[in-house]
Amino acid sequence: MSFFKDAGHLFRFGFVFVIAFLGFLVLRHFVVPKSFGEYGHYRGASIAEIAAHPIHFAGHDTCETCHADILDTKKSGKHANVNCEACHGPLAAHADDPSIQPAKLDTATLCVRCHAASAAKPKNFPQVDADQHSTGLPCETCHQPHSPAIAAGGAK
Amino acid sequence: MNLDRRHFLIMLPAAAIAWEHVLAGTPETSPNYSMSEHWWGMLIDVPKCIGCGNCVRACQAENDVPDGFFRTWVERYLVTDVNLQNPVVISPDGGKEGFPYAAPEDEGKYFFVPKMCNHCADSPCTQVCPVGATFITPDGVVLVDQKYCLGCAYCVQACPYGCRYIHPEKRVADKCTLCYHRITKGLTTACCEACPTGARQLVDLKNPNDPIHAFLKTHAVQVLKPQMATGAKLFYNELDGSVR
Repeated sequence: MSFFKDAGHLFRFGFVFVIAFLGFLVLRHFVVPKSFGEYGHYRGASIAEIAAHPIHFAGHDTCETCHADILDTKKSGKHANVNCEACHGPLAAHADDPSIQPAKLDTATLCVRCHAASAAKPKNFPQVDADQHSTGLPCETCHQPHSPAIAAGGAK
Repeated sequence: MNLDRRHFLIMLPAAAIAWEHVLAGTPETSPNYSMSEHWWGMLIDVPKCIGCGNCVRACQAENDVPDGFFRTWVERYLVTDVNLQNPVVISPDGGKEGFPYAAPEDEGKYFFVPKMCNHCADSPCTQVCPVGATFITPDGVVLVDQKYCLGCAYCVQACPYGCRYIHPEKRVADKCTLCYHRITKGLTTACCEACPTGARQLVDLKNPNDPIHAFLKTHAVQVLKPQMATGAKLFYNELDGSVR
């Protein structure tokens, strides 16, 4: 073994290197999250964490399980494809616990959000100048928001 | 089960790996949702948008977005006849409270463009993250792991669409999650739920029955900044050429 005769310093160096490498592996085990690399170069468990965020909008399917009468009214009108929470706001809390009553809506401000006249809106979208059209009266004085045409069956 | 020491030792590493997966927990195990069966995107029908700002308010309510920051916002374009390449673009408070009156006698054409994260298949933001805190999920949603994010804001600079911001309190990157907590439960996103005209529609490109496939074939659909090859999955119908 004359080849290794003067190689003692190499073994010492190799020993230090092996210890350092093992130390790195141990450190890595504790520092890198368990699910890192499960799907890619990121913490796989974070997907489930983000998916567990609370819901605020219940979704129209949930509303319709109880409010089927409103759904029937809406079906015939121009607002058939407008979801409940587009106007009523997020109501998952009410869906979970019906005793939590949603706030009453103010149609004088709510309706004009969509229907205020503006040249920027699509031409075929119904628009009014609220001041001229109703002189500040709430829209529901004449229009039922769930089926807004005034005469039954009449085109608005 | 008869286990001698030899076989026990052989099985030990395999059991350790399996236990790590048990600890991690995966959305795959949530009922009726499999990440491999979806590839999410969104269709934005520009001519249908009325600029009401419902989507912006809905997003803020659903995701606790701080005031002055936006995961989605609406821009109003005015393209004048004399300067087709430089439209006048406004977005007061992200369009949250609607837009100022536009007079019919104004010269040029008006239209609204809702914007949000494009959930790019090859997104620049995930490529620049130095720690692996932002990523695209197997079902095509770009997310931020806020426990892992350092807040270095490389991704905020890298996003060509300006869709990211640093959360003022958490000091980490924040962005649209495509309402991942909703779509994994079979609901649509908050912005789509609140849109009164159907200008926004969540689409699943892996679902062969999704109407998006017929729509893409029969309409003039574009993505934003196609020259950047980001693989954007926000499909704009009838998008004007001046939109950047």
